[in-house]
Amino acid sequence: MTFELSDRVETVPPSGIRRFFEIAEERDDVISLGVGEPDFATPWAARDAAITSLEQGKTSYTANRGKRELREAIADYVADRFDLGYGADEEIIVTAGASEAVDLAFRAFVDPGDTVAIAQPAYISYEPGVIFAGGDVLPVPTKEEDDFRLTAEALEAAGAADADVLVLCYPNNPTGAIMPAADLEPVAAFAREHDLTVFSDEIYAELTYDGEHTSIATLPGMRERTIVFNGFSKAHAMTGLRLGYALGPADAIGAMNKIHQYTMLSAPTTAQYAALEALESCDDDVREMVAQYDRRRQFVLTRFREIGMDVFEAKGAFYCFPEVPEGFTAEEFAEEVLREQGVAVVPGDVFGEGGAGHLRISYATGLEDLRRALNRIEAFVEEHA
Amino acid sequence: MSEREVLELLRENARYSTADIARMTDLEEREVEATIEELEATDVVRGYQAVVDWDKLEDERVRAEVELNVTLDRETSYDDIAERLARFPEVKALRLISGDYDFDMEVEGDSIREVSQFISEKVAPVPEITQTVTHYVMASYKENGIELGDGEGDDRLSFSP
Repeated sequence: MTFELSDRVETVPPSGIRRFFEIAEERDDVISLGVGEPDFATPWAARDAAITSLEQGKTSYTANRGKRELREAIADYVADRFDLGYGADEEIIVTAGASEAVDLAFRAFVDPGDTVAIAQPAYISYEPGVIFAGGDVLPVPTKEEDDFRLTAEALEAAGAADADVLVLCYPNNPTGAIMPAADLEPVAAFAREHDLTVFSDEIYAELTYDGEHTSIATLPGMRERTIVFNGFSKAHAMTGLRLGYALGPADAIGAMNKIHQYTMLSAPTTAQYAALEALESCDDDVREMVAQYDRRRQFVLTRFREIGMDVFEAKGAFYCFPEVPEGFTAEEFAEEVLREQGVAVVPGDVFGEGGAGHLRISYATGLEDLRRALNRIEAFVEEHA
Repeated sequence: MSEREVLELLRENARYSTADIARMTDLEEREVEATIEELEATDVVRGYQAVVDWDKLEDERVRAEVELNVTLDRETSYDDIAERLARFPEVKALRLISGDYDFDMEVEGDSIREVSQFISEKVAPVPEITQTVTHYVMASYKENGIELGDGEGDDRLSFSP
């Protein structure tokens, strides 16, 4: 027999980077700049706490919303770092990665026929998430000349005034763009004026290299209409431990918890112990990793300019987003540089509108590999220019 | 500020080229060169050495941590004793420390015999030294902040979103 797939699953196209995996398999000397996760291991203190919790047999479910101690630590952390005030009791939910939190939000707040505007280029999971929830996607392209920041004009032009939800991800994957407070204001005003709910994915908030990260939820009139997503994957290098959280008004988090309690029950217990320790004692590790990323960022940006490829000044996450040289599409460049030079990069088209003609370069890789990879890209560009 | 940054990078890897340090710090290459020259001229940077995992080599290398107790008198200070000991090439590190003994001395040699002889013939006879306790290093797990294990490797997928 063959399974008859649901329309929702059939509607979502297969992942655009799948075929690059196969090409990468053919060579054994590939240096990957295509990785969307830290190259650091989780800080040892956090790993140690996870091990200790296992030794002590702490392997049962936790409260649906996560261990109370962890929620309290998250409340203190987001207040201290990002000026976000959320109560541990009802306004925070701990999830299996920020990805689960995003999915919960789509399912909790999007009805069939609802429109979800997504500022693009953007992390590839939002669009399928909306479709799985039965909603319609409205891409809102951002432009390189705006440093890939979202503007009220772009929202207007895309028709986002009629949308129900707006999804933001800053610092941005894949561009490395950030949205300082002054740029968030007009977006917040647009959301208030047109009564949009805002989903703000701030998973890269700690990885901001110019000034401090501002959450849109801290702007006037925004807290009541915003869900903030964050987690431990990026700043605390805990991707495989799967731990994130959402912050929002009590009724919103309650609705998300309703889905979470039936589908996930509770986020991984071991990871919750690691996360608690990460918040309690790993600030220095985070600072050190951020300092490393920042050096690599400057190294990579400088090298692209030396090579003669245009690249805007990415100031967040661990990505930069150079333009491919003339004569190539992003897809062609990515495929050929992988085949000929063994450097893996992701074509920008994969991340939606506004990404065409660009490459996502991840610098979550040691400096030595970055140096070699950029030399190879340089050789490739010289040969084909 | 740039001095601190350059120093940090040299401590991370003293073989970074000045061009790469410039790229990472957004400084001009000649600024980096000048900063390094200044750090060297003012003796802030005293040298550059490789971090060696001796277990990976055939030749034996013997190292010992030696506790030293001393007595001082009006003419002899800790500095006097230290200067005298530090001149021996066998002494790789020498620190005055708090606690049960006075100096912590790292000694290196080609064989246990050589190191033992050095302690008994050159160090113990120094009149101010009242006691030596020699601990031979049996295994080393981390040197200069670098772990000597087999490493954790990179098992990440070559592409992830």
